[in-house]
Amino acid sequence: MTDEDRVFKALADPTRRALLDRLFVGDGRTLTELESALEMTRFGVMKHLRVLEDAGLVVTRRSGREKLHFLNPVPIRLIHDRWIDKFTERRVLALTDLKRKLEEDSA
Amino acid sequence: MTSNVAPDIGKTTQVYRIFIRATPQAIWDAITKPEWTQRWGYGLRDEYDLRPGGEYRGYANEGMIAMGMSGVIVDGEVIEADPPRKLVVTWRMAIDPAMRSEGFTRLTYEIENGRDGVSRLSVFHDVAGKPGYAAMIAGDKQGPGTGAGWTWILSDLKSMLENGVAMAR
Repeated sequence: MTDEDRVFKALADPTRRALLDRLFVGDGRTLTELESALEMTRFGVMKHLRVLEDAGLVVTRRSGREKLHFLNPVPIRLIHDRWIDKFTERRVLALTDLKRKLEEDSA
Repeated sequence: MTSNVAPDIGKTTQVYRIFIRATPQAIWDAITKPEWTQRWGYGLRDEYDLRPGGEYRGYANEGMIAMGMSGVIVDGEVIEADPPRKLVVTWRMAIDPAMRSEGFTRLTYEIENGRDGVSRLSVFHDVAGKPGYAAMIAGDKQGPGTGAGWTWILSDLKSMLENGVAMAR
C-alpha cells in the first residue's frame, strides 16, 4: 500500500473523519478526551487512531505523563496538490471555454 | 471534511509531519543553510548561529527586496541544535508589527530516519496564546502567497528535495 492509499483508506470511515474534525476544533487531545465524544469503546477508538497515525494524519507526542494527539494536515495537502489541483484546474478551464463560447455566440 | 465549529486555534502547539525521500543531513542543510533556504518556502536567506543562545535571522531575498522589503524578516534565538536530528529555535515575524507584538513562538524541527531512504520531518510550532501566529502558520490561503502556512511550506520543501525544483519557482 502506498502512503496515498493509506490516507484515502483512513479518510474512508466516518468515525475517523469525526476524530479528525474533533482534532481540527481542538488539537492536542488525550485518548480520554477523544473517546468522550464517541459512542465507542476505548479499544475501538484506539484502533481508529492507529489507522490515522499509520496514514500520517495524526501525530502523537508525549507531554509529561500524557500522550497527546495532533492533527497533521500535511498528507491531505499533498493529496490536494497531487489530485485536486489537477481536476479543479480543468474545470476552471472548461468554464473559461464556456464563457468564451457564449460570448462569441452572443457577439 | 467540514466542521461547523470554528477551530480553537491559538491554544496549543501545531504539529506538521512529512515524509521526504532524502537523507536527514540533506533535510538539515535545507533548513539551516542560507544557500538552501532560499530555494523553498518563502525563500528567506536564513542565517543560524547553531549553538544554544546563538542568533537566528531570516533576511529578505532578492524578490522581496525588489518589492520594497528589506533586512530581517524573521528573527529568533537557537535553543538547541543537534545536527542533523533536532533544531529548536524561538521564532518571530520581526517585520510585522502586529505579529511582533505577540512575541516569540517556539519552533522545533525533528528529523528521523525512515525506511528505504525516506526520512521523517516533524515540525512542532508552539503558538499557545498567540492567535495571530496560529492563524498564519495554519494557512488560510493557498500558497505561494502570504498565509500559506506550514502545509504548503513543507510540501514545497519535499518538492525541492525530491525533484530538485520547488513548486513555487
